[in-house]
Amino acid sequence: MSGRVLVGVKRVIDYAVKIRVKPDNTGVVTDGVKHSMNPFCEIAVEEAVKLKEKKLVKEVVAVSCGPQQSQETIRTALAMGADRGIHVEVSGNDYETLGPLQVSKIMAALAKKEDAQIIILGKQAIDDDCNQTGQMTAALLDWPQGTFASEVTLDGDKIKVVREIDGGLETIKINTPAVLTADLRLNTPRYATLPNIMKAKKKKIANVKPADLGVNLTSKLEVLRVEDPPQRQAGMKVETVEDLVGKLKESGKV
Amino acid sequence: MNAYVMLGVFQTSQKLRTSLRLLSRAGLPPVDLQVQLLLRGRSPLSATFSRKLHLGPDGPASSPAAAPRRLPFSRVTVEDLTFFRKTLPGRAITDPDLVQSSNEDWLKSVRGSSEVLLRPQTTQEVSQILSYCHSRNLAVNPQGGNTGLVGGSVPVYDEIILSTSLMNSILSFDKISGILTCQAGCVLENLSLYLEERDYIMPLDLGAKGSCQIGGNVATNAGGLRLLRYGSLHGTVLGLEVVLADGQVLDCLSTLRKDNTGYDLKQLFIGSEGTLGVITAVSILCPRKPKSVNVVFLGCETFDQLLKTFQLCKGMLGEILSAFEFLDSECMRLLNTHLKLANPISDCPFYIVIETSGSDSDHDSQKLHNFLEEAMTSLLVTDGTVATEESKIKTLWSMRERVTEALTHDGFTYKYDISLPVERIYQLVTDMRQHLGKRARSVVGYGHVGDGNLHLNVTSPAKDPALLASIEPFIYEWTAKFQGSISAEHGLGLKKRNYIYYSKSRPAVAVMGKMKTLLDPKGILNPYKTLPDDLK
Repeated sequence: MSGRVLVGVKRVIDYAVKIRVKPDNTGVVTDGVKHSMNPFCEIAVEEAVKLKEKKLVKEVVAVSCGPQQSQETIRTALAMGADRGIHVEVSGNDYETLGPLQVSKIMAALAKKEDAQIIILGKQAIDDDCNQTGQMTAALLDWPQGTFASEVTLDGDKIKVVREIDGGLETIKINTPAVLTADLRLNTPRYATLPNIMKAKKKKIANVKPADLGVNLTSKLEVLRVEDPPQRQAGMKVETVEDLVGKLKESGKV
Repeated sequence: MNAYVMLGVFQTSQKLRTSLRLLSRAGLPPVDLQVQLLLRGRSPLSATFSRKLHLGPDGPASSPAAAPRRLPFSRVTVEDLTFFRKTLPGRAITDPDLVQSSNEDWLKSVRGSSEVLLRPQTTQEVSQILSYCHSRNLAVNPQGGNTGLVGGSVPVYDEIILSTSLMNSILSFDKISGILTCQAGCVLENLSLYLEERDYIMPLDLGAKGSCQIGGNVATNAGGLRLLRYGSLHGTVLGLEVVLADGQVLDCLSTLRKDNTGYDLKQLFIGSEGTLGVITAVSILCPRKPKSVNVVFLGCETFDQLLKTFQLCKGMLGEILSAFEFLDSECMRLLNTHLKLANPISDCPFYIVIETSGSDSDHDSQKLHNFLEEAMTSLLVTDGTVATEESKIKTLWSMRERVTEALTHDGFTYKYDISLPVERIYQLVTDMRQHLGKRARSVVGYGHVGDGNLHLNVTSPAKDPALLASIEPFIYEWTAKFQGSISAEHGLGLKKRNYIYYSKSRPAVAVMGKMKTLLDPKGILNPYKTLPDDLK
C-alpha cells in the first residue's frame, strides 16, 4: 500500500464576501474578489494531515484544478501540513465550464498516476453546491465511497466511516482504496502555524495539464442565466388586530 | 387626583429616586422597588416622609466618580411635553419602558431617571428643541449609540435625552476625494458597508461599530483599531454641523482638505463629549479600501519581546501596517472560558494582532513573509498564524475585539483606559495585580499597544466599593507619575471627570471652563460630565 492520500482543494469566493451577479447575468463577479479554500476542502485537508500525524498514511498530496491563483490554495494546504501539491492548470473558457464531471475525471487519472490509497474531498463546494465530485470520482475508479463523513477510522485495509444522513448517523465499513467526502463535523481545521507557513514555501507544487492526464474537458452543460434571488419584501406594521385581519383579507391570504 | 397633586407626586418621586440613586452610588443596595410601592396610590405627603427617612443631612460621602447634587435646572412640565410632541410628532417618547434603555449605559453601571426621550430627524428640529430648552433652562443629554464606557451618554438625573438615532441619512459621498458627509446618527458599521461598496473604508473602526454612531464617535474623539494608520478624528474630520446650546446652528460642514481661514472651530467640538454643542452632521475624509489585507496573530514570551517585535514590525512593515494590538494570557483565558473561542495558536503569555493593508497582495505577502521569518529566527515570537481570507481575518480579529464582551461575563468590571510610554504599559498591569492580590477575580491588560494605549480591566464577582477604593486612585497616581493620560480614548464622561487633574494642569482646565461658559452659559448641555465639579 502506497500510504498516499490525495486531497482535492478548490479555490472559491470567500464565504464572508457578498456575492454580486454580473450585469450581463452570465455569472457572478470574481475579478478582484477575495477567494479562499472551500471550507469543506479545509476539513478534508485537516483529516488527511491528522491521518499522517497518526502515522496511518505516509504522504498527503494536495490537488487543485484551476488558473494560476489556485496555487495559493495549494500553498494553504501545504501550510496546514500537506507534503506536496499538484496544480492542474485549467484556465480561460475551460475554467468557466469546469465542473464535477471534469474534475472527477482529473482526480481519477491522478489517483492512478500517483497510486493513491485514499482520496479525500470536501462534500461540496460553497459556490456551486454540487455535491457530485466525490461520488463521480469513486464511480470512475470503481472504488467504494464514504460520503458526508463525520468520523473516519482506519482499520487495517478497511475504513470505518460514520456518515451524516437525514435520519441520523450511518456507520459503514468500506475497503481501500476508497473515496471519502468530508462533512462539517468531521474535524475543526487547524490554523496554519508560522513554522509550517515558512516550511510550506519550500514544498513542491508540480504543474500538470489535463491533456497530460488524458482528460477531455468538454462540458455538456451550458449556463443560460444567473440571477439574484428575488428581493425580500419589506414587512408592514399595523396598529390594530382589525387592521391585520383587513390586510390579510386584502392580500387574499385569508 | 388633580393636576397639581399629580405634579407634586411626579416631582417628589423624582427627588426620591435621585436621592436614592446617590445612596446607591455610596454602596447601598438600590431601593427603587420600595419607592414604587410607596408611591403607588399614596399621597405626596407620605412620599416626602419616606424621603426624610432615607436621606441624611448632607447627602452621601462622595467618591470622585459619584454623581454630584442635581443642579437647579427646570423640571419637565406638561406644557414642555406639549411643545415637544408638537415639534416631533410621534417622536417625543415618555413611555417609561421605552425611555428606560436610554437611561442606562452599555455596561449597566449607571442609570438616570429621565422621563423624556426626543428623537429628531433634522438639524432644524434639534435647533428648535435646544432653543426651547435653553429658554426654559431644561438640561439636555445628547445621546448617540449609547456605547460609551464612562457614563457620559446617559442622564444623571432627569436631563432630557436627545437621541440622534433617527438622523441616519448619508448626505453625499465624493468618489474622487473620498469625502463622506452624513448626519450624526449614522451607525459606524452602516457607513463602513456603504463605503466598502464604493471601494472606500471609514478611517476608524471599533468593537462597538454595530451600535455606535458617527456623531458620538466625533463627540468623544473615538480612537479605535485603525488610529495607528489613519490618525485620529482630529485629522480625518473635515467639517461639522453643530447646534449650540441656545439653538443656533453652526454650519462648519466644510468638505475641504485645507482651509486656514480663522480659528478651526470644529476641533473644539471633537472630543467635547456633548458639552459644548450637539453635533448634527459630519464630513469625514475616508481612505481607499485596501486591496490586500493580512492579519497575523503572534505569541510572545515576554512584554519586552513584544516591544521588540513592534520595532521590527515598524521597520519591515511600516508603510502597510494598519493595526498593532495586544492581549495577555488572562484575556485569552476569558475568551476561552466565557465565549468558547479557541486559541488559534499555542498558549503564550502575550498575544499580538497585526494587520497590514496595502494595494498589492504580492508585495505585501513578501514583506510580511520577510518580517515573520525574521521575527521567528530571532526568537522574538514563539508561535503565530496568518490569515488572508475574509472569514479567517474576522475570526482572528474577534480574539481582540471580543475581550470587552468576555469581561462582562466574568463579573462586575472596572474599566481603565490609560496612555503611557510604551515601555511602561504592562508594568502597570503587573503592579496592579500585585497590589490587588486575591481581592480581584481577574486583572487583564490589552489594547492599542501601537498607540501606547492600555486597557486595564479588573473584575470582581459583584460591585465592590472596597476593591474600587484599592484600584483608585492607585491607578491614576501611577499613571500621573509617568505623565500618562488617565483616559486615552474613552473620555471623561461622568465617571472620570474629577480625575482630569491627573493629566491636565489647573490653568488648562480653567480655560476649558471658560470655553464651556462661553458656549453654554446656562450649562444645559450634558451637565455633570467631562469637566470637574470644582469648576462650577
